[in-house]
Amino acid sequence: MSKLEIKDLQVSVSTDDGPKEILKGVTLTIQDGETHAIMGPNGSGKSTLAYSIAGHPKYTVTGGTVTLDGEDVLAMSVDERARAGLFLAMQYPVEVPGVSVSNFLRTAKTALDGEAPKLRTWVKDVNTALQQLNLDPTFGTRSVNEGFSGGEKKRHEIAQLELLNPKVAILDETDSGLDIDALKVVSEGVNRFRAQEGKGVLLITHYTRILRYIEPDFVHVFVDGKVAESGGAELAEELEAKGYEKYLTAAV
Amino acid sequence: MTVTDTARESVASGLEMPRTESHLNPPGSYDLADHPLPNGREEIWRFTPLKRLRGILDGEASDAGLTWTTTLPEGVTLTEITAEQALELGELAPNDRPSALAAANAGGALLLDVPADAEIGEPIELRLHGESVDDLVWSRLLIRVGRHARATVAIVHTGSARYSALTSVLVGDGAVANVLSLQDWDDDAVHLGRDAIRVGRDATVKHTSISFGGDVVRMHANVEYAGPGGDAELLGLYFADQGQHLEHRLFADHTAPKTKSHVLYKGALQGQGAHTVWIGNVLIRKVAEGIETYEENRNLVLSDGCQADSVPNLEIETGEIEGAGHASATARFDDEQLFYLRSRGVSEKEARRLVVHGFFNDLIRRVGIPSIEDQLLETVEAELAKNVLKDFD
Ligand SMILES: Nc1ncnc2c1ncn2[C@@H]1O[C@H](COP(=O)(O)OP(=O)(O)OP(=O)(O)O)[C@@H](O)[C@H]1O
Ligand SMILES: [Mg+2]
Repeated sequence: MSKLEIKDLQVSVSTDDGPKEILKGVTLTIQDGETHAIMGPNGSGKSTLAYSIAGHPKYTVTGGTVTLDGEDVLAMSVDERARAGLFLAMQYPVEVPGVSVSNFLRTAKTALDGEAPKLRTWVKDVNTALQQLNLDPTFGTRSVNEGFSGGEKKRHEIAQLELLNPKVAILDETDSGLDIDALKVVSEGVNRFRAQEGKGVLLITHYTRILRYIEPDFVHVFVDGKVAESGGAELAEELEAKGYEKYLTAAV
Repeated sequence: MTVTDTARESVASGLEMPRTESHLNPPGSYDLADHPLPNGREEIWRFTPLKRLRGILDGEASDAGLTWTTTLPEGVTLTEITAEQALELGELAPNDRPSALAAANAGGALLLDVPADAEIGEPIELRLHGESVDDLVWSRLLIRVGRHARATVAIVHTGSARYSALTSVLVGDGAVANVLSLQDWDDDAVHLGRDAIRVGRDATVKHTSISFGGDVVRMHANVEYAGPGGDAELLGLYFADQGQHLEHRLFADHTAPKTKSHVLYKGALQGQGAHTVWIGNVLIRKVAEGIETYEENRNLVLSDGCQADSVPNLEIETGEIEGAGHASATARFDDEQLFYLRSRGVSEKEARRLVVHGFFNDLIRRVGIPSIEDQLLETVEAELAKNVLKDFD
């Protein structure tokens, strides 16, 4: 089971001029096994939605609910959300100097499972995951994201997705900055994850090209902190052809 | 990069010393008249809590000592020498009052001698233990690493004392020396130490100063060069708890061409009144063409109520430099790093531990003494348990 239910979510950030409302009532349900794509112009609040679900301290939820399989996500701490089965592949993965990728992955896996992974199979799993994302084994000894190229950071996020194997994955512009080969490699990773029973995916993107590899069940147009329209995969093609103009004028 | 104006003005005044002086690091002297009792406003004393030095600067005579437990691999000797012999061997003169007092009051010196061409594989260990802060201890030590010799020396301080030590490290031409001083004192100790290193022609030196314990610890690490081609790496790690004052003063005096100095000090602070001071200074003299220097200090503030002072200086008298620069930064826990780790399921406590270990890791890996590296990781862990992690159980 993995049902992520977002209801009327309102989120603000604090600014020098007081709180600024960014999400203005987002409602979205990802049923068991579904893949949803979110597309929308810059600054419309897509990353805010992703971060708010993951519990980033910068964002304050002022209204609405988020539940995962009926459990109140908003009441959980950041790490509890991860342990409940949420995973966020970040638009800008963070560098953690001095912490090796292999130490990081093992610590995360141990935290998620409540016990340390079996050493022999784990080392193999890590090497396989890195290899499948075209990251050579030396990445295991490098500091987390430090000095990684943009594309390497994104592939490292998907390697984590596969190793940590959550219930629901939120991918925030994992496709941007990837060349065509990397895009394929990343999409294959996401598809391996999706092929498992009941996994949910919320994929945030600006481009339809990734949707040719990862076919969504639903597409949502996100404008000014809200879902402006929802539809099937064909909606993405329409957006590609016509842009967001009609929603933007409507929003004003 | 800052070029200090005063450095340009402080040209030798045509007396006996044709050498330029550093405004921050005046030339050494055994004469106590050159090191008057400070009032706390002096440039070199303004960060130090004089009242907490428990009268060391008064310079009372004392024959109390620390207990020395030594590991001397074959070929290495530790002997008593006279003050005259210390001078003949080329001891580096004291540069502040406590070190001048140590020279005056220690009554002779100890010489740790690694003969020329000796390759000493295992570390030479000097474990120094003090019984009580009531003991006033003056110490004077010379470490000589002969030409083309190779040796690692670890000096570990534990227990408590009021301790003032003058240490000279004389590194022969082509030698490779690794010297570490670990301050792992009890809470009440006061330690004023001056380590000065003379780097021989084409010699390579690493010096590491690590301060965890003690009420007040103030350490100098100075380096100068006897000839071209010398390479000095000065490392430091400190972890200040509630009320502790840990001060590290660095001076790389580029007295010869084609020499290198690389300084990296990292510190963490936690608890009310934790205070750290890092003063870096590099003097590039006129003769010192083609040198390379970089000094860096990073501090990680782990709780409220701490103060980290960090002042890098650079005094330049030649334009012919290969490279010179410095960096200094003081930061709190990075929320983004903690969020990233926690978003993978890692608890806040574990995430903090990872970040702090990560902060120190590169430095600890560079120490080059495996037994000490393991001990350092454990000590960092123990320090974390005191404050940063204790609220998360
Ligand atoms: N601290 C802040 N102060 C003021 N505005 C902020 C702050 N943080 C975020 N915002 C604003 O919130 C809005 C939404 O940002 P968000 O990153 O969610 O957009 P996005 O849809 O992900 O955009 P992109 O497509 O460029 O990634 C933006 O207008 C942004 O400027
Ligand atoms: Mg975004």
